[in-house]
Amino acid sequence: MGGIPSVFPSTDPGGDVRFPGRSAYGPDRPGSDGAGSDASSGVGQTGVMDLTWSDAEEAFRQECRTWLTEHAPNPALPSGDTAAGFAAHVEWEKELHADRWAVVSWPEAYGGRDASLWEWLIFEEEYYRAGAPQRVTQNGIFLLAPTIFEFGTPAQQDHYLPRMSAAEDLWCQGWSEPNAGSDLAGITSRAVRDDAAGGWLLSGQKTWTTRGAFCTHLFGLFRTDGEAERHRGLTYFLVPLDADGVTVRGFGRLDGDEGFAEVFLDDVFVPDNPDEGISPADAAATMSRGGTLGGIDQGWGVAMATTTSERGLTLRSPGRFRAAAARLLDLAREVDDSGRLTERLGDRVVDAWIDAEAYALYTLGDVTGIVEGRSPGARSSFNKVFWSELDIRLHRAALDLLGPDAELDGPWMKGYEFALSGPIYAGTNEIQRNIIAERVLGLPRK
Amino acid sequence: MRFAPTEDQIDFRDAVRGLLADTCPPDAVRAAWREQVGEVPGGGDGRVRAAWDALAEMGVLGVMVPEGSGGLGLTDEDIVPLLVECGRAALPDPVSSTAYVAAGLLRENPGRSTEALLARIAEGSATVLVGFPGSPYLTAAETADVFLMCDRGEVHELTRSEVTLEPVTSVDGARALCRVEWEPSDRSVIVGGFDGSQAVTRAFDRAALGAAAQLVGLGERMLDLTVGYAAERKQFGVAIGTFQAVKHHLADAASAVAFAQPLVLRAAYSLAQGDPDAPVHVSMAKARASAAALVVAEAALQCHGAIGYTVEYDLHFFMKRAWALASRYGDADFHRDRVRAVLLG
Repeated sequence: MGGIPSVFPSTDPGGDVRFPGRSAYGPDRPGSDGAGSDASSGVGQTGVMDLTWSDAEEAFRQECRTWLTEHAPNPALPSGDTAAGFAAHVEWEKELHADRWAVVSWPEAYGGRDASLWEWLIFEEEYYRAGAPQRVTQNGIFLLAPTIFEFGTPAQQDHYLPRMSAAEDLWCQGWSEPNAGSDLAGITSRAVRDDAAGGWLLSGQKTWTTRGAFCTHLFGLFRTDGEAERHRGLTYFLVPLDADGVTVRGFGRLDGDEGFAEVFLDDVFVPDNPDEGISPADAAATMSRGGTLGGIDQGWGVAMATTTSERGLTLRSPGRFRAAAARLLDLAREVDDSGRLTERLGDRVVDAWIDAEAYALYTLGDVTGIVEGRSPGARSSFNKVFWSELDIRLHRAALDLLGPDAELDGPWMKGYEFALSGPIYAGTNEIQRNIIAERVLGLPRK
Repeated sequence: MRFAPTEDQIDFRDAVRGLLADTCPPDAVRAAWREQVGEVPGGGDGRVRAAWDALAEMGVLGVMVPEGSGGLGLTDEDIVPLLVECGRAALPDPVSSTAYVAAGLLRENPGRSTEALLARIAEGSATVLVGFPGSPYLTAAETADVFLMCDRGEVHELTRSEVTLEPVTSVDGARALCRVEWEPSDRSVIVGGFDGSQAVTRAFDRAALGAAAQLVGLGERMLDLTVGYAAERKQFGVAIGTFQAVKHHLADAASAVAFAQPLVLRAAYSLAQGDPDAPVHVSMAKARASAAALVVAEAALQCHGAIGYTVEYDLHFFMKRAWALASRYGDADFHRDRVRAVLLG
């Protein structure tokens, strides 16, 4: 014994390093179980770092898990980006809503459970862990709803939110136009004042509208001041797609499903928001024909509130990637058992797993900050770039594990095709990198 | 659930950042370099004494030392953010080794002379290095007082006169590096048996995490330097920081650090809590911190252009420290393998 080897060995330092105690990484516990501690923190502990869930939160997790185990469709529903699949997904949304799982973090009056942001994260973890269906209502509940909570009148909140959580109104996003993708401020769709009728006439074309062919309503930006340029003179409109003058044409996305649509508007009338004081029935009748959110010509600021939601944690909760990484690991273990797991491929699987953990932890930091009053702000662009590129690496690794089966049109290929949209939508990753450089790092814009 | 440093930890970190900005500016690192390359008559040990003494004064060296021995009796969670600051300043002194790894090892494995040694660590009068099989090199060995050498599940305590030192040259000229040779004996062993292998694993994890923390700090510092330079430097009549190619290099570099950081913080928490998965968490942290620092270093150099490619400009101090620490206590591949062993068997 004695002396020291002269090169760094590729073995553990102590020779017989052990991992004592119960590990969260054993084959029987492939992730998504939090930090792996059974300890309970008790409620209301603030100040110290604590990566455990309270008893109440654990109970909530159990309630989620039990319900999802009993209700999640098996076999999985057909793609929500086809007419038949969408209808099946809407039924699922109604089932979620019936037992108040559709929007857990919303107030009870709107169909929620007043759940904390932590509980929302737990719900998301359990939802993805259970392999429950994609949320075809997500553009409404995750993108429009936060904007209505922030900018909507009480009457608008009371009218739109319960219908949204119940999957009665199904919302799609009307941002992009043929000549305004990343350059959102370049939109030309316009709204012309109709004083006689007390409202606006909307004209123009929206495109790449996700599930636009199946949704009932559209939220989007229209130019209300023809003289103003770029970010100014835009207004945020809510439009029912069954209004006169609306034409919707669905078209195939990369995976062939009719997940996209073009929405043509030709003098579509949208009334002014109802005055206070008119009867609730009259107000509801008016709002059912649409309205505006957050003030005329104020649309850019209102929309930016939504894009922050889209980039940050609401659309891509960490549970999604931890669940995907767990499935990837299961696949790798199968391939390993059959002796076909190469060194390099195993490394890519481990890298995807580590990145999913890093993303989950980063999000826990975000949520801690939000709970304590620190907004992530432009740092949400870090999330967007990271999860979208992780999603591609993760799915690519899975396809490479599948070998000759990779080209079959199975769930991993479909997931890969969907993952490829990540760096494009919600602001391309090039735009996100500019935001990081300018607003997080402080590099000059010009 | 709460995943963020405490207010006290943030205040402490800010105080240390200020202290090191004063006592270990780039000129101090440059002076350490000049001693190493023989430009200063009589040479030196690459130590920044002013910083070391001030860190002792502030309590940093005693963070892990029990209160009974004059320390603060705190945990991994408290010292790791301070090691980030040591990285940010490129402080050459072995703060991580002495105040984190050695102090942690000693306090968890008390022996005949432990208390006295811990007290000396806290007051800054003892430099204690911890060596592991796999790397024969230690920094500041020529002025170290005590060597805790780990080997095959045992920890041995040796004095400087009991080890053989042979100076070698690091790419990082501020790291006074020596090849250390030693012979274990029954007399030198202070921890062994079942406790020994556990102690060695924990010490190694702390050493790796201490390096990971410094790499995060180094990454942030290189980003700061580069953002500052790119905003000032003009080519084609505009600041180069307005170019998207430059912006995207730096956005990616910043992202690598941003996602390494929570892994480092979580590993500190797990070590402090005695989580059985702490070694895996440490390896995730070191794997990503090593990779992030190397990514930042290359982006920083590229965005600086030729001025970064000189020893007259400060960037190379941070870059070369990052190179050194990226492979210290296991590089990214080593630590990924350690995670892989748990995930894929």
